[in-house]
Amino acid sequence: MITIRGLRKAYGDHAVLDGLDLDVAQGEVVALLGPNGAGKTTTVRILSTLLAPDEGTVTVAGHDVVREPARVRAAISLTGQFAAVDSLLTGEENLHLMARLAHLSRAERRTRPAALLELFDLTDAARRPVKTYSGGMRRRLDLAVSLLSRPQVLVLDEPTTGLDPRSRNALWAVIEDAVAAGTTVLLTTQYLEEADRLADRVAVVDHGRVIASGTADELKRQVGAAQVELTTPTGVERVETDGSVPDVRRILADVERRGLVVERWQVRTPTLDDVFLTLTGQPADAVPDAAPTRTLQETR
Amino acid sequence: MTTLDLTPRIDASPRGRAGDTVALIGRCLRRSTRQLDTLLLAVMLPVMLLLMFVYVFGGALDAGMDYVDFVVPGIILLTAGYGAATTAVDVATDVEGGLMDRFRSMPIRATGVVTGHVVASMARNAVSTALVIGVGLLIGFDAHASALEWLGAIGLIALYVAAMTWIAVAIGIVASGPEAASGFSFAILFIPYVSSAFVPVDTMPSVLGAIAAWNPVTPVADTLRALLLGTSVDGSTVAAALAWCVGLLVVARVASGLLFRRRR
Repeated sequence: MITIRGLRKAYGDHAVLDGLDLDVAQGEVVALLGPNGAGKTTTVRILSTLLAPDEGTVTVAGHDVVREPARVRAAISLTGQFAAVDSLLTGEENLHLMARLAHLSRAERRTRPAALLELFDLTDAARRPVKTYSGGMRRRLDLAVSLLSRPQVLVLDEPTTGLDPRSRNALWAVIEDAVAAGTTVLLTTQYLEEADRLADRVAVVDHGRVIASGTADELKRQVGAAQVELTTPTGVERVETDGSVPDVRRILADVERRGLVVERWQVRTPTLDDVFLTLTGQPADAVPDAAPTRTLQETR
Repeated sequence: MTTLDLTPRIDASPRGRAGDTVALIGRCLRRSTRQLDTLLLAVMLPVMLLLMFVYVFGGALDAGMDYVDFVVPGIILLTAGYGAATTAVDVATDVEGGLMDRFRSMPIRATGVVTGHVVASMARNAVSTALVIGVGLLIGFDAHASALEWLGAIGLIALYVAAMTWIAVAIGIVASGPEAASGFSFAILFIPYVSSAFVPVDTMPSVLGAIAAWNPVTPVADTLRALLLGTSVDGSTVAAALAWCVGLLVVARVASGLLFRRRR
């Protein structure tokens, strides 16, 4: 559904995208995971026909983003980093406007806005101007707008940045519904948890290239084996395991034989944070905070 | 719970429709009704200036005619220019908030988004200009225009507003944000001062006079004044007024179109 080959984009001497390749199959959810400045947003903007690539090709739903931008636009919905809604209009008015612009049928124009308001728990606020909405409400309305047109490809640029956990879970649930109905999703995120939860496949982006790609589990395996973590009064002991029942049983039997006092134990698989650390040499906690700051390279 | 179909639509048309522009005009008109304070300012400011010019400065100014007759056409242009310039702020707000990106990523008429802003600006200015003309008439503006001259005057004002609005659109797209864009409306507010809008050009020091003679506002103000007062005016002045307005309009329109679709 999405094919990206050798994508390059530079601003002056600064290469934002340095030969990025990516494939997303129909109905697949792929997360671009990386820190600020890795090139995620630039990729999304080229894919959404907002930005011209310097080199490389991008096709969406079989159409080239440079040669057939209108056909690409008909296939996608973009949810950018900022809630792209009109603050002076009400939530309902925003949806009705976008329903017309999405060229929905008369019948759909009547029913979909109300259904989406309900789905995103905005029915009570529907007649209030959006400027009175909280950040979470604006974001929900933004995603509701994106789902109006029943896009083939949903492009989500850091969809839950700055959201409280409840709003985030609600948003994830709706995205999962859209995926279940056959929507292809490309999302960018700095949240490892989000990539793990939503994505079939994670592409780790660093300095404008995909440096690793696979399912979250595959990536974790790449980093190292699972471990049995034993907490004793004197410290933490870790023993490698393949995670199978006989192997864990063997390790625990060994613990008993040694007479080790274990306060608690768990099987610990590497997290995506560990993946990040291994692949980029950058600890995950050095990933800049996900505040919606607008950086020049990323958004302009 | 209403059932909601999320099945991807594979037959979505890539073509924009005339209805897109209609919907976007509706959006901007609706926005205008939610910003009555802005509209009020666009009327109050020129009216205050009008009263100040006529009653504070007017007594000391010799324009070769009743000063109120001289200055009302100038104030009308000030109103129109300022009202049009606020469009820059609206457009810049769309750009900054990401709404412009959303529109640009949708299969809609490329011109629709800015056309919406332009039509709303024309509508707002029709209201504010009518109010300022009304105040002018109340304080003694002695309009002697025939029906045809009124039509000509309204057409000229509309042309001037359209040109200023398209310039404002282009500036709104390139501005770094609404605050920067609002600076433009203040700049526009000062352009008429160095023209024949408020005082005759030949009373100015030579350098300023030369600038004023070349200021596009000068021929527009002279033409508008002649139309409203029913006096005569050089054909070359009328031609200059029309050429400036149409020229600026065309350039700004083309620039806005290019800026809107550029992929930067």
